[in-house]
Amino acid sequence: MASGTFTPVRKWLLLPTWVTIGFFLLLPILLVVVYSFLTKEFRGGVDWTFSLDAYDQFMFDRGLFGDEAPSIEWTYITIFFRSIVQALIATLFCLIIGFPTAYFIATRPASSRSIWVFLITVPYWVNLLIRTVSMKFLIRDNGPMNQGLMALGLIDTPIHLINTNIAVQLGLFYSYLPFMVLPIYASVERYNFALSEAAADLYASRWTILREVLIPSVKPGIIAGCILVFVPSLGAFLAPDLLGGAKTFMIGSLIEEQFKGTAGNWPFGAACAVILLTLVLMALTLYARAQSKERAQEQRAG
Amino acid sequence: MKRTLITSAAALAVALTAGTASAEGKLSIYHWFEYIPQELLDKFAAEHDVEVSMDTYDSNEALLAALKAGKLGAYDVAVPGDYMVDILNAEGMLDTIAEDELANRGNIADEWLNVPFDDGRKHSIPYQWGSTSFSVNRDAYAGDISTTDILFNPPSELAGKINMLDSQGEVMLMASLHLGIPQCSTDRDQLKALDEMLQGAKGNWASFGSDVAKDVLVSGDASVGMIWNGFSAKARAEGANIEYAYPKQGYIVWMDNVVLLKDAPNRDNAIKFMDFLLEPENIAAVSNFAQYSSGVKGDKEFLDPELAEMPESNPPADVTGAFVMTCDQATQEVYDQIWTRLRK
Repeated sequence: MASGTFTPVRKWLLLPTWVTIGFFLLLPILLVVVYSFLTKEFRGGVDWTFSLDAYDQFMFDRGLFGDEAPSIEWTYITIFFRSIVQALIATLFCLIIGFPTAYFIATRPASSRSIWVFLITVPYWVNLLIRTVSMKFLIRDNGPMNQGLMALGLIDTPIHLINTNIAVQLGLFYSYLPFMVLPIYASVERYNFALSEAAADLYASRWTILREVLIPSVKPGIIAGCILVFVPSLGAFLAPDLLGGAKTFMIGSLIEEQFKGTAGNWPFGAACAVILLTLVLMALTLYARAQSKERAQEQRAG
Repeated sequence: MKRTLITSAAALAVALTAGTASAEGKLSIYHWFEYIPQELLDKFAAEHDVEVSMDTYDSNEALLAALKAGKLGAYDVAVPGDYMVDILNAEGMLDTIAEDELANRGNIADEWLNVPFDDGRKHSIPYQWGSTSFSVNRDAYAGDISTTDILFNPPSELAGKINMLDSQGEVMLMASLHLGIPQCSTDRDQLKALDEMLQGAKGNWASFGSDVAKDVLVSGDASVGMIWNGFSAKARAEGANIEYAYPKQGYIVWMDNVVLLKDAPNRDNAIKFMDFLLEPENIAAVSNFAQYSSGVKGDKEFLDPELAEMPESNPPADVTGAFVMTCDQATQEVYDQIWTRLRK
């Protein structure tokens, strides 16, 4: 039909996209990779000589003064591990709350769905920083949450949440929940509910329908939601700083410190970013490969 | 909106040209934002028939970067913090003030005459100074607070309720004062002791935060907080029952200074301006505006009464303050390691 109309100019139509991606995505990433292999300059900046120091610093511990025999450096691995676990837990929480929410919205009459989606996005009109600070006000020891619970006689002493990992989890969960709800909603909305009915007719229990029919059908939405929550949670530093008290570095704050703090070790900051990027890309590639294998198997079976 | 902009721009242009037409000379100031009252600049302009212009920066590093990037020769005076005076001088960006050039040199308070970053005040005069220490909630703890043990070896009432400034230089200096070791020590045993002491103290801290330093004390999230004196006074004004401590081991001092820049286009007026700021009445106007202390003798009678009496800006005579020094690269790298290990 109309597919041939633009053929001669088609590649030019994509030009703005390519320029944008190249200039604002590929070029900066390339710059980060290059910087991670340069020599650091005292108090920020880089010296343009090749060096592996940044990666060496990440992996090997040479003592406080840098002259002991190298052993494995656990400091940064610990920081990375903690950030990854934290992001995984946040993703899990978002999924547990987000999936039923998305299902609920998708099963409302078509006319009211847009209102529900609208309601989900309302809190996100307010800046993330402000929402995080507000949460801090709400949950602090003598804040409204604790005072309210005590006034109701439900608790005697305030629940201590501020500056704990639970507060950080709460912050991450609250920050990224819609990123989970919206993609799952999009999938469930397209789901053919006749399939559920058919399964029920064949004596499948509700649990079996959920597990064997619904979840496999909306899996792409679930995966997209998980990635959209996991990746920003990994680099988050607002919630850990404001709600967690910044006592322990997360990946985000570790990198920030290298560029903004007294340390001023740009190549090391860049190296941390590159290692993080590599880990995320590896995880996504493995997932994509497993997906395509699964699809190939399904096709063979079909 | 657009019309307002054009009108005000036109008004500004008229005002500027009017100024040029009447003034004898010029003075070009490079200053922190919101750190000098406009009336004071107007007063100087009127007294000396000088056209004053001012640009602003928001950090010592920004000042250095701008001067490095070719702004040297465009300004007559700037107002760097203590350690930045040292750096600017090392970079050869400061002009020397001759011994007899400043008529009001005698007004500089004795303790600010020989400072580590400008011994004998050859390039600078004091502008404003303040201190960094910590404040304690008096509802939570009634004992003696004039010791750094409160931060690094706290009594049980305060353990787990301490907020530290998220600022490496200030935490390291406070810790060095606590141990009684020199700043930027290169002695390995001392550095190891510093590392161990901080690792041990960390368990008693609730959080790190600089911009929240006042807030955590007012809200009661923390019972002890490392804090700047002016900030602590504001927390007290907001209702926190806190007391600012001057620990016997020492406290941290910072000072901003007016320096004479090299290649100053209006050097004579710059000297006049420095003399002007050494008049007690004038510098007191800055203190009343900025809520910090000046380093000029006899400014007390011109200060707002609350500011003059404020316990936060009147340290006891028997404790001393220390400036944060700039460490050499080797020591700074060890400091960075200690700092990262602390936040592991």
